[in-house]
Amino acid sequence: MEKLLEIEHLNASINNTPIIKDFNLLINEHEVHVIMGPNGCGKSTLSKVLAGHPSYEVTNGRVLFSNKDLLELEPEIRSHEGLFLAFQYPLEIAGVTNYDFLRIAYNEKQKYLKQKELDPLEFMSLTHKNLEKLEMKTEFLNRNLNEGFSGGEKKRNEILQMLLLDPKLIILDEIDSGLDIDALKIICEGITKNLNSKSSLVVITHYPKILSYLKPDFIHIMMDGKIVKTGHLELIDKLEKEGYNAFLNKELK
Amino acid sequence: MSDKKNQTNFEINQVINQPYKYGFTTNVETEKFPTGINEEIIKQISQKKEEPEFLLNFRLRAYKKWKSMDFPNWANLNINQIDYQAITYYSVPKQKKKLNSLEEVDPEILKTFEKLGISLSEQKQLSNVAIDAVFDSVSIATTYKEKLAKSGVIFCSISDAILYYPNLIKKFLGTVVPTGDNFFAALNSAVFSDGSFCYIPQNVVCPLELSTYFRINDKDSGQFERTLIIAEKNSTVNYLEGCTAPQFSENQLHAAIVELISFENASIKYSTVQNWYSGDEKGIGGIYNFVTKRGLCIGKNAKISWTQVETGSSITWKYPSCVLVGKNSNGEFYSVALTNNYQQADTGTKMIHLGEKTNSKIISKGISCGNSKNSYRGLVKIGQNAHSSRNFSQCDSFIIGSSSSACTYPYLDIWNSNSIIEHEAKISKVSEEQLFYLVQRGINVENALSLLISGFCKDVFTMLPMEFATEADKLLSLKLEGTVG
Repeated sequence: MEKLLEIEHLNASINNTPIIKDFNLLINEHEVHVIMGPNGCGKSTLSKVLAGHPSYEVTNGRVLFSNKDLLELEPEIRSHEGLFLAFQYPLEIAGVTNYDFLRIAYNEKQKYLKQKELDPLEFMSLTHKNLEKLEMKTEFLNRNLNEGFSGGEKKRNEILQMLLLDPKLIILDEIDSGLDIDALKIICEGITKNLNSKSSLVVITHYPKILSYLKPDFIHIMMDGKIVKTGHLELIDKLEKEGYNAFLNKELK
Repeated sequence: MSDKKNQTNFEINQVINQPYKYGFTTNVETEKFPTGINEEIIKQISQKKEEPEFLLNFRLRAYKKWKSMDFPNWANLNINQIDYQAITYYSVPKQKKKLNSLEEVDPEILKTFEKLGISLSEQKQLSNVAIDAVFDSVSIATTYKEKLAKSGVIFCSISDAILYYPNLIKKFLGTVVPTGDNFFAALNSAVFSDGSFCYIPQNVVCPLELSTYFRINDKDSGQFERTLIIAEKNSTVNYLEGCTAPQFSENQLHAAIVELISFENASIKYSTVQNWYSGDEKGIGGIYNFVTKRGLCIGKNAKISWTQVETGSSITWKYPSCVLVGKNSNGEFYSVALTNNYQQADTGTKMIHLGEKTNSKIISKGISCGNSKNSYRGLVKIGQNAHSSRNFSQCDSFIIGSSSSACTYPYLDIWNSNSIIEHEAKISKVSEEQLFYLVQRGINVENALSLLISGFCKDVFTMLPMEFATEADKLLSLKLEGTVG
């Protein structure tokens, strides 16, 4: 099993406030990792730091992504190298059609990989295949990027982007928030069925529900900027019975 | 890692500060009048151009009015005192005799236009655009004159029009923008040197797009050009205007007038891509662009549409307007104004509804970066007799960085109760989250910003003719994304 992502002693802060504190995690190829934790524990910050959000400052630590020093890469290069972050709140961009955006993003990656860029017609057939997988209508493409999309449509659109960009590491930041059961199912199936055999998932979530669709290999409990407990589905039972306090106390002891 | 620590936001400033590409000067011998303005200079200009007496009188009347007028200081602009006696009011490239063909144009000047991407040789240029090229004070060449003449369209420099079509000039010049309309209009009327003239006869759809390209070359010259477009009953014309200037540390004055007259069922579409030199990153130098543009929809169903992309000039003071007299006549204004560094823009429109069932639409997009100031100022006036008229205005501002400002000054002056006015305004800051989203998808910051901007401007860009839409997109890209493309 090849190592995909190695996070060692990662510390990160925003406006001089430390959020991620000595965070360690190893993800191999073809694994599903779930990170759960209370509000404000740094889950979303972690995903933004990995993706290279400019507001966060990495103060210490090392992150290797396919043996490359991730923190030295520009955020768009991290994307080209195969890191994909599905946003909790995908942003709306006025005046830019979904189709144009998708094609630009796709071709930027092709360019980086020195592979053939697709013209609008070629790209259309590629997109159509993926639309079907997610039960999305073609009209999605002509609307402005996420503008006026419902919560479910936005999340589905994130997965469409994911399918087109074919990433190695997918971070799903609360993909399940604001989704009904049916939509959640379609999205999770869209992810699992089409996942590249080497790709890995990091699922950031509050709700155990999603775990019945995405079979986790590891569950991590994150508190105050670091992982305090790693295990399997048994952690969920404990969590549901005792809440996060159970893990907090354990750590203090 | 240490350099990353200081990087609190995307390096937007580096992205938007790209050097001006048209700042070169052309070495040509010029014939210049001494600096300063007085009756004698005006008489000399008129004499030099062999103008009929009515025009000299027009100029002198305007000069008299100008002397009694004050500099307009109501705009949201800081303007350095202008010394009107230090400006040269007439400067032309030296040439022995009247030009009859392109071969006689100074090759240096032809090269200049080539360098600007404007080819005056008919073989090389876009086959569907006729161009009038204005260099400092004079029109250098007008292309496709003969082809246009076949359909009865007159397209020539205004100096030629004064000589060859004095009756049209006498009838229309100054009817939309009177000599004493405002300070700069009066100055222009007194000293205007050249510009373009178009006349589209009845029932003619102009077979080519008409275009004027203005180039200021001389350091101390003011440019005062004047454009007059007349569309007779049932005629249609598309007109494009482009402008650039070299880079000097002194401010240069550009005070133009454009008058449009649209008769019954006629339609004039006037598009501008303005890229005068805007001064350097400290705000030194650049063009003062004080322009009066106005259109008159005189007949039933007449239509005038202004589209402008304003990216240059140190100061822009410009309000392309429509006076809607004819029943059912229609005025439109689409604008993108981008300011950077210490640029200042106070621009917008006036829609004056006088006739019944007149319609107007205003879409204004302002983008401010750096330390610039970008104001939209617009008047919608619905007169007492303009029953059942409509206006829709949408004014959006986009702020990049934290040192620039955007202001909106809408004025509504409504004199009847059966008209409908809608006004929407929105100010947004370019959001780091939006940029991050696009960058996470592999689009670098430059391209992401440029994508956000072109999305923001889409409503206006779609109004530009094809040739210009690409140019405008390119221009904004140059200002915004630099090395890419």
